[in-house]
Amino acid sequence: MSDAPLVSIRGLTKRFGKAPALVHAVEDVSFEIAPGEVVGLVGESGSGKSTIGRLILRALDPTAGAIAFDGREIGGLSRRELRPLRRRMQMVFQDPFASLNPRLRVKDIIGEALDAHGLAQGPERSKRIGELLETVGLDAGHAGRFPHEFSGGQRQRIGIARALAVRPDLIVADEPVSALDVSVQAQVLNLLQDLRRRSGMAMLFISHDLDVIELMCDRIVVLYLGRVMEIGPTEEVCRRPRHPYTQALLAASPKPDPDAPRTRKLLQGDIPSPLSPPSGCVFRTRCPLAKEDCAGAVPAMRTAGPDHRFACIHEAPKSET
Amino acid sequence: MDPAAAKLFLDRLFRRKLVLFGAVVLLVIVIAAIAAPLIAPYSPTGMRVTQRLRPPSATNWFGTDEFGRDVLSRIIYGGRASLGIGMAVVLASMLAGTTLGLLAGYFRALDTVIMRIVDAMMSLPDILLAIFLVAVLGASAGNVVLALAIVYTPRVTRVVRGSTLVVRELPFVEAARLLGVSTPRILTVHILLNVASPILVQATFIFAYAVLAEAGLSFLGAGVPPDVPTWGTMIASGQQYADRAFWVVFFPGLAIVLAALSLQLVGDGLRDMLDPKLRKAL
Amino acid sequence: MTQPAPLLAIENLAVTFRTEAGNVTPVRGVDLAVFAGRTTALVGESGSGKSVTALAVMGLLPRASGGISGGSVRYRLKSGETSDLAKLPPEGMRRLRGREIAMIFQEPMTSLNPVLSVGEQIAEQVRHHTGTGSAAAMRRAVEMLGLVEIPDAARRAADYPHQMSGGMRQRVMIALAMSCNPRLLIADEPTTALDVTIQAQILALVDRLRREHDMGVLFITHNLGVVAEIADDVTVMYAGEAVEAAEVRTMFRDPRHPYTRALIDCLPARARTGADGRRVVSSIPGSVGAAAAAGGCKFAPRCSHAAPPCHAAHPILEPSDGGHMIRCFRWRDL
Repeated sequence: MSDAPLVSIRGLTKRFGKAPALVHAVEDVSFEIAPGEVVGLVGESGSGKSTIGRLILRALDPTAGAIAFDGREIGGLSRRELRPLRRRMQMVFQDPFASLNPRLRVKDIIGEALDAHGLAQGPERSKRIGELLETVGLDAGHAGRFPHEFSGGQRQRIGIARALAVRPDLIVADEPVSALDVSVQAQVLNLLQDLRRRSGMAMLFISHDLDVIELMCDRIVVLYLGRVMEIGPTEEVCRRPRHPYTQALLAASPKPDPDAPRTRKLLQGDIPSPLSPPSGCVFRTRCPLAKEDCAGAVPAMRTAGPDHRFACIHEAPKSET
Repeated sequence: MDPAAAKLFLDRLFRRKLVLFGAVVLLVIVIAAIAAPLIAPYSPTGMRVTQRLRPPSATNWFGTDEFGRDVLSRIIYGGRASLGIGMAVVLASMLAGTTLGLLAGYFRALDTVIMRIVDAMMSLPDILLAIFLVAVLGASAGNVVLALAIVYTPRVTRVVRGSTLVVRELPFVEAARLLGVSTPRILTVHILLNVASPILVQATFIFAYAVLAEAGLSFLGAGVPPDVPTWGTMIASGQQYADRAFWVVFFPGLAIVLAALSLQLVGDGLRDMLDPKLRKAL
Repeated sequence: MTQPAPLLAIENLAVTFRTEAGNVTPVRGVDLAVFAGRTTALVGESGSGKSVTALAVMGLLPRASGGISGGSVRYRLKSGETSDLAKLPPEGMRRLRGREIAMIFQEPMTSLNPVLSVGEQIAEQVRHHTGTGSAAAMRRAVEMLGLVEIPDAARRAADYPHQMSGGMRQRVMIALAMSCNPRLLIADEPTTALDVTIQAQILALVDRLRREHDMGVLFITHNLGVVAEIADDVTVMYAGEAVEAAEVRTMFRDPRHPYTRALIDCLPARARTGADGRRVVSSIPGSVGAAAAAGGCKFAPRCSHAAPPCHAAHPILEPSDGGHMIRCFRWRDL
């Protein structure tokens, strides 16, 4: 990437609790988000994808590692020092019900963002709220309603309007469509694509659904048990996955095509607990290629192509999917 | 209509009817207390030595006490003190309990300190703690309120803390934090507004307990001075005549039971109506 | 489709619940068939009535507030006779549930007893249905855990549900369901709460058991990808009605109902690249709650092909070629 990155994380690590209940949520994760770029974080439970999103937003304190936003290190900033930064990065949540205060009217839910940073008062405030509602495809006349008067998809739009109110440079979208029905999910995905195009904001898009990630993202980071398995341009990772986990994940995600080939290697066993991740390569306990060497050291990132890297010591079969 | 549907319907109707009954009784008691000078047939303190311990009759519906005072009038006036003390206890314990509960639930550092004290206080029987406090503070209406407020604050604190712990983890609170909303506003608009219903329900129950406790304290002589008519002091001073003149204790006792019962019914009704899950079913 | 008589044939099923606001009918016109050795997927979005349909078949609707109010649920018994489950008394239904029909749910934790080991739970069920002794029942339980591919079954039988992962618990649920040798398995979103790699394992397991035991499977899901993976036949539901039924390939290659077509087009995997190079997915305007005109087609308010008659009258589920059924006035014109 030629642009200076908007977000750059280096060696990011987050552990929760104390031994013996120490959870290794995120271990040594590094990647960048360029201005206007959509980066997808994909992984299963325990992969640490939501934790990474919250670390970047500094809703959580990192255990180790560096987080730079627009060239400035923010990993150690205090709550007060972070306040001005809140204008520049926002979050869209998974649950369209629990993410809106049921006791507030829509205009106050969105208006709170404007108030917190003194962005608009009086008639200007009402006008902005109306505009924001229209931007996300809602009727400006509904500003006086309460969240329960809206459907799930409409609530998700309200949550998006709240995030947009401060005109952020980065939105972290944590599973923004996984609680929605397919027909409504498509509406919200198209809306997010539209907004991104119009405003040029960057997005960190977190999802367990590879189809959604493939649709939305420029680049993908594949995570397993808190570590990066593979990272690269969407097209590359989805068409020419190099890490055996990425390959398995792609093979396991159900294709809406009854004629798709069914002969696939299923991953055996369960995802290990992040309380005691395997030594060496964390994927080795389920990996079809695992050998003794895999238990030794954490595999270093290898280059597979321009911008395309993976963490595996094997020469994985270059499967074309 | 088949039997199952009819039963379901009756169940719900009966539930609602009881709540309605509670609300009406409560309203009557409260109005009577407020409008005491207008309704009471006699003065609550007017003694007539010739009319001592008269049974209920057309002139004295609830009879007269050992000084010839009209029991009905004393109950109506006594409601002012009993309900007034109850109300004051509710307001004071709500204010203190809600503040402490919010702080304990939201700030980890305060939680241990506040909850240790709360647990210690709750391990003592209510009435013993109240007697002890009144004994220390001195017997007066104001001190009874203070003592009972101290006794019930831990209950409120615990309820509010519990709800706060749940609400503070909800995504809309995280959203507010990420928007840079100030902590006082998060505590009030985002948390307090969403824990208001359990607090309200708790308030009606504490009102009922406080009315009972005030009567208990007065009965034991650890409450308001006997010359102030409250339902508790009426029973306390009438108890030695109870074998000859049951009405001097029966009617004040009935007033206490009705007030406490109606408050509990209203509390139950409020809880059902404020619970969104149950509201849908109703 | 020239097939033998179905194992389960639901016709025009309606389910009504009584509420204080009056009666509601979440299911009002479901037709579907499940054949021995085949999987029928029942697909729909939230509020389509798919789970209520499953509960109605199992006789598990809350009796105090609702029940089947119309139609029939014909089930072909092991003896060859046919029984209408809609009219079966609770006692008869209970017997059938233990011996012929079993069900698995989305969240196995709530269906498992937390204070009994998983082996004990299966053994108890075996004892209850076959009257065998405890030792034999426990052997059978371990055998069942092996059947659902739980490694080291004899040791894991002593585990309690909370000691297991979500995927393992779902396997235990399946073992419990299989312990009575069911001829019909009803699976209500059994993989929705699971990770994809675990979902793939469970789907493969259910499919293997269906083949090996010649079981009929009614698989309820909202996920069209899962449908394509596992189903032989598909019924699509919308707002309490079956709107289209077909063999799985036909459903994906030649969907005829506007809702089915739109639903398939909504999938991110079917995104098209627009003129400006961006990838877009189709969507269906509005949401399931969209109020349809009384007596009109339920989908009309969201349908891009709706014509005046669609709002005035209610279409019936009519057969097209090859067992394909469609509930639409306009499918021939589209």
